[in-house]
Amino acid sequence: MNEQTPVLECRDLSISYYVRAGEIPAVVDFNLKIMPGESIGLVGESGCGKSTVALAIMQYMGSNGGISGGQVLFHGKDMTTMSDEELREIRGSRISMIYQEPMASLNPAMKIGEQLCEVPIFHESISIEEARERSIKLIEQVKLPEPERIMDSYPHQLSGGQQQRVVIAMALLSKPELLILDEPTTALDVTVEAGIVDLVKTLAKEMGTSMIFISHNLGLILETCDRITVMYSGQAVERGTVNEVFNEMWHPYTRGLFNSIPLPGADKNSRPLIPIRGQIPLPHLRPKGCYFGPRCDFFREGVCDQALVKMRYAPDSTSQEARCERLGDINWDEQIVEDFSGDPAPIGDVVLELKDLKKYYEIRDNSLKALVTGKSKSYVKANESMSFTAKEAETVALVGESGCGKSTLAKVLMGLETATSGEVLLNGESIGSVDIHSRNASLVSLLQMVFQNPFDTLNPSHTVGSQISRVIRKFEPGISEEDANNRVLELLDLVKLPRDFANRRPRQLSGGQKQRVGIARAFAGNPKVVVADEPTSALDVSVQAAVTGLLMDIQREYKTTLVFISHDLSIVRYLADRIVVMYLGNIVEQGTTDEIFAPPYHPYTEALLSAVPIADTRVKKRRIVLEGELPSAVNPPSGCPFQTRCPRKLGSICETEEPPIIEVSNGHQIACHIAQEELEKVEPVLDLTDYSEAVA
Amino acid sequence: MNINNNVVEKTLMQKLTSLKVTFALIFLMWVPLVAFVILGGSPSNADYNWLLYPAIPAAVLLYLICMISWRESWIAMLGCTLVFFWLIVAVCVPFLPLIDPNKPIAPYVGIMSEKKDIFFWLGTDFKGRDMLSRVLWGCQRVIVWGVTATLIAYIIGAILGLLAGYVSGWMDEFISFVCNILLSFPIMVLFILILTFMGASGFNIIVAVTFASAPAIMRIVRGLTYDIKSRDYVFAAQTRGESPWYIMVIELLPNVRGPIIVDACLRLGYTTVAITTLTFLGLGLQPPDPDWGLMIKEAAPQAKLLKFAYMLVIPSIAVSTLILGFNLMADGLREMSLRD
Repeated sequence: MNEQTPVLECRDLSISYYVRAGEIPAVVDFNLKIMPGESIGLVGESGCGKSTVALAIMQYMGSNGGISGGQVLFHGKDMTTMSDEELREIRGSRISMIYQEPMASLNPAMKIGEQLCEVPIFHESISIEEARERSIKLIEQVKLPEPERIMDSYPHQLSGGQQQRVVIAMALLSKPELLILDEPTTALDVTVEAGIVDLVKTLAKEMGTSMIFISHNLGLILETCDRITVMYSGQAVERGTVNEVFNEMWHPYTRGLFNSIPLPGADKNSRPLIPIRGQIPLPHLRPKGCYFGPRCDFFREGVCDQALVKMRYAPDSTSQEARCERLGDINWDEQIVEDFSGDPAPIGDVVLELKDLKKYYEIRDNSLKALVTGKSKSYVKANESMSFTAKEAETVALVGESGCGKSTLAKVLMGLETATSGEVLLNGESIGSVDIHSRNASLVSLLQMVFQNPFDTLNPSHTVGSQISRVIRKFEPGISEEDANNRVLELLDLVKLPRDFANRRPRQLSGGQKQRVGIARAFAGNPKVVVADEPTSALDVSVQAAVTGLLMDIQREYKTTLVFISHDLSIVRYLADRIVVMYLGNIVEQGTTDEIFAPPYHPYTEALLSAVPIADTRVKKRRIVLEGELPSAVNPPSGCPFQTRCPRKLGSICETEEPPIIEVSNGHQIACHIAQEELEKVEPVLDLTDYSEAVA
Repeated sequence: MNINNNVVEKTLMQKLTSLKVTFALIFLMWVPLVAFVILGGSPSNADYNWLLYPAIPAAVLLYLICMISWRESWIAMLGCTLVFFWLIVAVCVPFLPLIDPNKPIAPYVGIMSEKKDIFFWLGTDFKGRDMLSRVLWGCQRVIVWGVTATLIAYIIGAILGLLAGYVSGWMDEFISFVCNILLSFPIMVLFILILTFMGASGFNIIVAVTFASAPAIMRIVRGLTYDIKSRDYVFAAQTRGESPWYIMVIELLPNVRGPIIVDACLRLGYTTVAITTLTFLGLGLQPPDPDWGLMIKEAAPQAKLLKFAYMLVIPSIAVSTLILGFNLMADGLREMSLRD
């Protein structure tokens, strides 16, 4: 027998939580095997039990949770029977875990150096000097600048990306054999995420560490892992190597997941995303037989609703398995796709126009030093000379990472802030310097907003109906109660929610349903322009597809102009007509979607495109990882705002002069010093040749 | 299509526990009771007894509603029972077959003993007045002034807190500064100061309690408002041009109610203590009508003898049960709010 022992093996693992209502099975019949140096991805939507598995492996279950069956073998030894002492030996030294929120994993009251040194001092009882030396070496390895300075700083003095690198360094300090990463990059920007993913991959390879990578992002799993396990409602539903699963999915859920993410081929008019209908069942309300049954288009009565479904090997494969009763027997063309009115609404006249909009925030420095030197005022330059237009029935996407000024722009549009200079024209009327209380009801109703966080968008104290009818009565003073109530019901129909939701309270609704109510509320006053601030980023992919579909349907019907703010280029590619790329308060590039996604690119657009993980094995990407940190908006770099991180920086001209705006074609503008001919020679970031062949 | 077609008919219990009904019942119970006390209804004056007719069924119904909606937590149910025991006593006391609490009958009769053919459950005090009827009558004024004062302190504290938290800027600095000054006085000193200057009356007790409690309440509400005002639903209200008052009262206030209700229960306890202490010090309500603080004060000289200790112990137990009731209610409510 020359077979290696796996680093970790879960055998028929079942995990339950015990609450007053009784035992709630969180994870059922879970199997996993990780060989040394291998990385496994765990994907699934929220509530499917991914994090529970990770916690169970670490034996970190809270007082009300526990392993109710099966084994967790670490190097062949069952962890469920180990004593606390033995577990402490393993945790943090042989198995390490990295969590989603870097700020929450670091102790804010301790210096980075002290926190790092703790690990080897505790586990290996080495001297402080040795521990410090090793920590510095590791900080260098995670590519943080000035290790000595980092060691002496507190967590809040570092950016989110730097913090996560420190957490990774901490996890790797004791050279663990297994690294568990629970959504390590979800809280970070895409370009930062790309850097972290690269780092984890190379470090794990160098050190021979095995990894369990938990994520909801299929693209990330494709980039980082060898094998993948797809989870649904506490079960692993499909398992195999990354290539197998991404090329041919055997479980309807996996297929549904891929159909609902915006891959390069999807198009809002010709090939729309297909959401998975329904919701994930609550653990104690899981159906008999296949848990996915009620949401499955291929459900067969008498077959799928009998006994608990077992994992079975896919045809002609010894490594790919799926938990489907009808495995291999499904004709995928049978799928019922909802009837779809695909004709795009014709794009009309200019509705919204921004001319040289500037928004500065004043910061007063009240310190004695400022008083003496006379420099008591400084400015945060949130928006710097923004100009773009949006036409009727058009979707304009504002893309950029956190801190680029997207949200400030939304506030200026809505009238919550007034512009420092420049103009905003809505239907030819200047509104940039008119704040919300000076706008009349009809003007306010023309411009409405859909918010990012579904859990925050509705007031938990009022019913859904009363919140929508308040908007109606606000915009149409004097409307009778009956008319207002009828309008509420019509709006609920519009967003495809049952009418009796009017009497429900927000806590009785799921995230996607709340977001639909948020959309209904925004459309209550028949707006011309709707600003959507990342409306889908907090939703699960299957729900995300449904919500974007809904937004597009309403837009077609009402010819609304959508200003879609997002950091996610894949969703933007799917639904935007025109894209505006922002960096540090400046527009660096704007044009139609096709123009943005093909050369010539602005160097920042290029990096952004390369950073977005794409869940398709046929798409090849050129990797560009940005160095350095986002500069502060109080003290932006001179010349071109992107010069401090630009991989294509020309030289001193970028530092001294503001870049000219190159008009590549009508409406496609790039703000860069590099000549247009040079930019046109750049190779495309995404190589879609394989992809187009496959589709054709 | 009519909305009601889709709605499942509500059960009687759901109808009763709805906010409107609860508020109506509280109103029905509270206003007659306050009116009764203000107009001078007392053991010797039965002219206003008719005022309390609607309050009795309202109090009983409210007790049932509380017991049913808080059935998850036995602590809250226990606290609620203690509080409502005294509330129901307060509204029923003129109709109970009690001996006149101000009439000296037989001095120094021990607990559960008979004298002059009258059975004294709790004995009599040094002047020979029936302790049972004095204890039961004594709850009225403590409850009425304690709860009213706390309520008014809450209204003022919440308004200040919402203004400071939502409007912020100079408004916040000003309100916080004034509140800091008020908070720096020891509460008892503040009470004694206000009552010696303005004289002892129910109204002045309200003023004193408001000055003492409102700053702390404002702090709580301000903190909660700061947290909630950056939520998206507040932005949504702003983007449809709602006025600041609408946002503060309709959007913010209902969402800070949880911690406030818990704090209110605790604060009711403090206020009861404070009012009893004030009457004990001779600053509150004046004799001869029965009042717990007064009873303790009057009994204090005799209580040195173990034989007469009951005169002090009985009103003390009465005060303690009411305060314990408020505190247990606060505990139970907090426990329930943590659970969802």
